[in-house]
Amino acid sequence: MDTWTFGWTLALIGMAGTMLVLWCLSLLILLLKKLFPYQPEESASPKG
Amino acid sequence: MESALISGLQGLLLGVTHLGVGHVIMILIASLLLYLGISKGYEPLLLVPIGFGAILVNIPLAEMMGDDGFLRYFYNAGVRTEVFPLLIFLGIGAMTDFQPLLENPKIILLGAAGQFGIFLTLLLALALGFDKLDAVAVAIIGACDGPTAIYVSSKFAPHLLAAVSVAAYSYMSLVPLIQPPIMRFLTTEKERKIAMGVVREPVSKTTKILFPIVVTIFASILAPKGAPLIGTVMLGNLMKESGVVDRLKRAAENEIANIVTLLLGLCIGATMEADQFLQAQTLLVLGLGFIAISLDTVVGVLFGKLMCLLTAGKINPLIGAAGISAFPMAARVVQVEGQKYNKKNYLLMPAMSANAGGQIGSVIAAAVMLSVLQGMGIVGG
Repeated sequence: MDTWTFGWTLALIGMAGTMLVLWCLSLLILLLKKLFPYQPEESASPKG
Repeated sequence: MESALISGLQGLLLGVTHLGVGHVIMILIASLLLYLGISKGYEPLLLVPIGFGAILVNIPLAEMMGDDGFLRYFYNAGVRTEVFPLLIFLGIGAMTDFQPLLENPKIILLGAAGQFGIFLTLLLALALGFDKLDAVAVAIIGACDGPTAIYVSSKFAPHLLAAVSVAAYSYMSLVPLIQPPIMRFLTTEKERKIAMGVVREPVSKTTKILFPIVVTIFASILAPKGAPLIGTVMLGNLMKESGVVDRLKRAAENEIANIVTLLLGLCIGATMEADQFLQAQTLLVLGLGFIAISLDTVVGVLFGKLMCLLTAGKINPLIGAAGISAFPMAARVVQVEGQKYNKKNYLLMPAMSANAGGQIGSVIAAAVMLSVLQGMGIVGG
């Protein structure tokens, strides 16, 4: 593989791949927050 | 008796007679690193052991990096095996609070944009004649993340490890000087004045515990070659958020991180031998590292402008500059810049979200890069 094919391939897939993975992670975070919503009592200090 | 005395004295002078100009220059460079670390406070935890390691390795005949040298022992055990940067990641994970990111997950995209400097610098390095894997090692300085840079360069271009590490840590400490002019150049005064409401959306403990597990599984399946990087950061974070292994968490962020930081710094310094470091290529690496971090900032701010446009002006583009891994320094830079133009503007929280995104982004970018290299057959499986 010549240098420029290597460079452009790695740069384009790298940028797109990083963006895609992080976008999917943001969706996963939203999903987690939907599945396990914050309960106000979580912040209450334990008694006793 | 007389000849024995002369031989003995000659032995004492051997170091002096073997002292070359290169050694002297490297000892001066090492002294500069020590000065920056001790007097200026630039990344002292790394620059002090790096500087001292560089002095030790440039003492003629001491053979610190010889086959039996004590620095060689640590180098082989921790750097060649890539264990030291991974242990540092464990500590980083244990110290990092991803809450700002979990509160505002769409900001994570700024953490991706903040890594584009890596890939753009790769093209520049190739254009300047670096071979493929050397270009990858130089470009990774743009991750703005010392352990990632060390991990990748020790894997693909160990001969560039010293230059890459020194560049990565030096420029990380110079983020408050490098970023503001770029931020001002790329934004209008009106954009810099945009006030962002504080998004405080509480996150459940279950979400915080599941986050590192889900990230590890998902990101490692997509980019398996990066699993060691992702896995160690997320293991550290799981130990923090689970709250059930406090001793391990404290060990990761204190004892382990401290010992490994010391040894890693010494080992990096130990790679700064005069004949390897004093080359034109080192200057090129330092120059490209500066460009990489500048490009991260440029793309981050431009992406911030795009988000500003798409949200009808609700996002201040300055926070794009925080999408790099220098945590929390980049977020603080954004806060300071924002307040210069709008005293009532508090950009710290959204900037912290972007900065936490940048921390994950740098690891993901490296993982994606390693996996693409494997896919292209440039590195082994």
